[in-house]
Amino acid sequence: MEAPRAARSGIAARRVSGADGDRTALARMVITLLGLLLAATFLLSLASGASDASVLTVARDMVSGVAGDGALSARDRIIVYDIRLPRAVLGVLIGAALAVSGAVMQGLFRNPLADPGLVGVSAGAGLGAISIIVLGTGVLGPVVTTLGIYALPLAAFGGGLATTILLYKVATRRGQTSVATMLLAGIALGAMAGAFSGVLVFVADDAQLRDLTFWGLGSLAGATWLKVAAAGPIIVAALIASPFLARSLNGLALGEATAHHLGIPVQRMKSIAIVTVAGAIGAAVAVSGGIGFVGIVVPHLLRLLIGPDNRFLLPASALLGASLLLLADAVARVIVAPAELPIGIVTAFFGAPFFLWILLRKRGVLDL
Amino acid sequence: MIATSDLSVFIGRLRIVRGVTFKAQPGEVTAIIGPNGSGKTTLLKALSGDAAYTGSAGIDGIEIASMKPWQAAGLRAVLPQSTSLSFPFTVREIVRLGLTGGSAGPGRSGDRVAEALARVDLEGFAGRFYQELSGGEQQRVQLARVLCQVWDPVVDGRPCWLFLDEPVSSLDIRHQLAVMDVARTYAESGGGVIAVLHDLNLTAMYADEVLVMRKGEMAAFGAPRSVLDDRLLEDVFECRLRVGALPAGGVPFVLPQSAG
Repeated sequence: MEAPRAARSGIAARRVSGADGDRTALARMVITLLGLLLAATFLLSLASGASDASVLTVARDMVSGVAGDGALSARDRIIVYDIRLPRAVLGVLIGAALAVSGAVMQGLFRNPLADPGLVGVSAGAGLGAISIIVLGTGVLGPVVTTLGIYALPLAAFGGGLATTILLYKVATRRGQTSVATMLLAGIALGAMAGAFSGVLVFVADDAQLRDLTFWGLGSLAGATWLKVAAAGPIIVAALIASPFLARSLNGLALGEATAHHLGIPVQRMKSIAIVTVAGAIGAAVAVSGGIGFVGIVVPHLLRLLIGPDNRFLLPASALLGASLLLLADAVARVIVAPAELPIGIVTAFFGAPFFLWILLRKRGVLDL
Repeated sequence: MIATSDLSVFIGRLRIVRGVTFKAQPGEVTAIIGPNGSGKTTLLKALSGDAAYTGSAGIDGIEIASMKPWQAAGLRAVLPQSTSLSFPFTVREIVRLGLTGGSAGPGRSGDRVAEALARVDLEGFAGRFYQELSGGEQQRVQLARVLCQVWDPVVDGRPCWLFLDEPVSSLDIRHQLAVMDVARTYAESGGGVIAVLHDLNLTAMYADEVLVMRKGEMAAFGAPRSVLDDRLLEDVFECRLRVGALPAGGVPFVLPQSAG
């Protein structure tokens, strides 16, 4: 027993920080920095736009309290608190939801290319949302009256859930997920959901078409406190659930059998993960349409930085996803001001080349 | 004690393992040998709770099929034949996964990981990426993880178990001996070891009991001295084998037993 002990202290003496394979400290630091980044982008998002309230005045006004004699003029306060604040809050929620869903799904499928947008889950959620918009005044009328503002996010959730379960059933055999099958099945499911959506768009009337267009652009424009209230609870619930999946997802990285050997209730954990992803994506799609690539870019970047440990990857993804979406929204608002670009276009502009870059790096490694 | 009674495993409609009844004692290394496809791994899977079975199989009288995953994880750790990884984990992160399941107490995790790596002769490998290691190194990293899960061979008077599926299949001779020594030591400290092995010499050297599988059935069970005989081996492996025979003049042969 003495010999290994001596050897151990020898290693400890030679150990250089970071070279011992322990990225815990680094991950904690990165998460702290990402928290600060999110606070900064949040303020920036409140201050940027046609009105000239500066970051500093907005911050001062928020600190001095909503009721007190703030630093903002009455007009600016309306702009900041009733227009920009719900938009920024929605941006944070959706960015976090997209990035965390991406990370959870990649852990679940044991594959860095699984992304709700790529494998048809967003399309399925979209079909659910479109059904409510188009059929909400007709056959689905009772559903809308019963569920109120939650009808849209819940329908999107249902669509996303159905697609995720189908995808999982098709792509996974005996605990092994085939990448090729997953991506191809995702394309098929996405196309099928798209076809059904197309039929619905075809039968929609003019008013519904206008709603659909606004919704389908993939934008945070038109964010209201009502939308925050509709999507918020589902997304927050999913975000709260995700850290509890971290340990299980880490185990799953070694395969389902090994995860089971490590004491993880694999089947139950997979069900929770699927519901979490479907919930977050459904709610996000319901209020903002399809915003692509956040779910694949953010976790991938973070894995390069802090490693694949989900205990850190999931919270870091939430923070970076939120920050990136706020930044993308700011770009979307500023670049063609006074008009604005749908945010989905901005994320695709940056995300698509990034995705190609991942593919190039992994060429030969992926068993496609 | 691990005891099975009339244990059978079906995969689809095919019966891979039929009617196996044996007992494995803590403090001993029990080896499972047999030709390819004879049901060795499937038998181990049934004991690990991965494969549904008929008949009974229990650890200290608790039926394996009725155990919760976390309950079983505190009693036994399983080394699979090979493990592929989809994300760039470091060796330390892999080994640490063993600490999150199982019977390992909190704290001292850094020490425990380093100690486990030292036992499998991988000192200084903690910072390396798992995917960049050779097959044999990966196998030993997994063994370190498995050791972390059931670090103490006896917890509260109850023995813990190592289930090893071909633990030395991709190792050089020195590390074959090192890994078998780890198993031996674990058993001598009061834990139990069940290992699927292909090397008959290592089996003879390290096993206390040998379970011989043949076409899904148990062909023999007993001490190596009584089990490893010409007739049984020839019958099971379907080729002529002679125990203790020296090769014809001049052909060098090296047995693990000769290692000092």
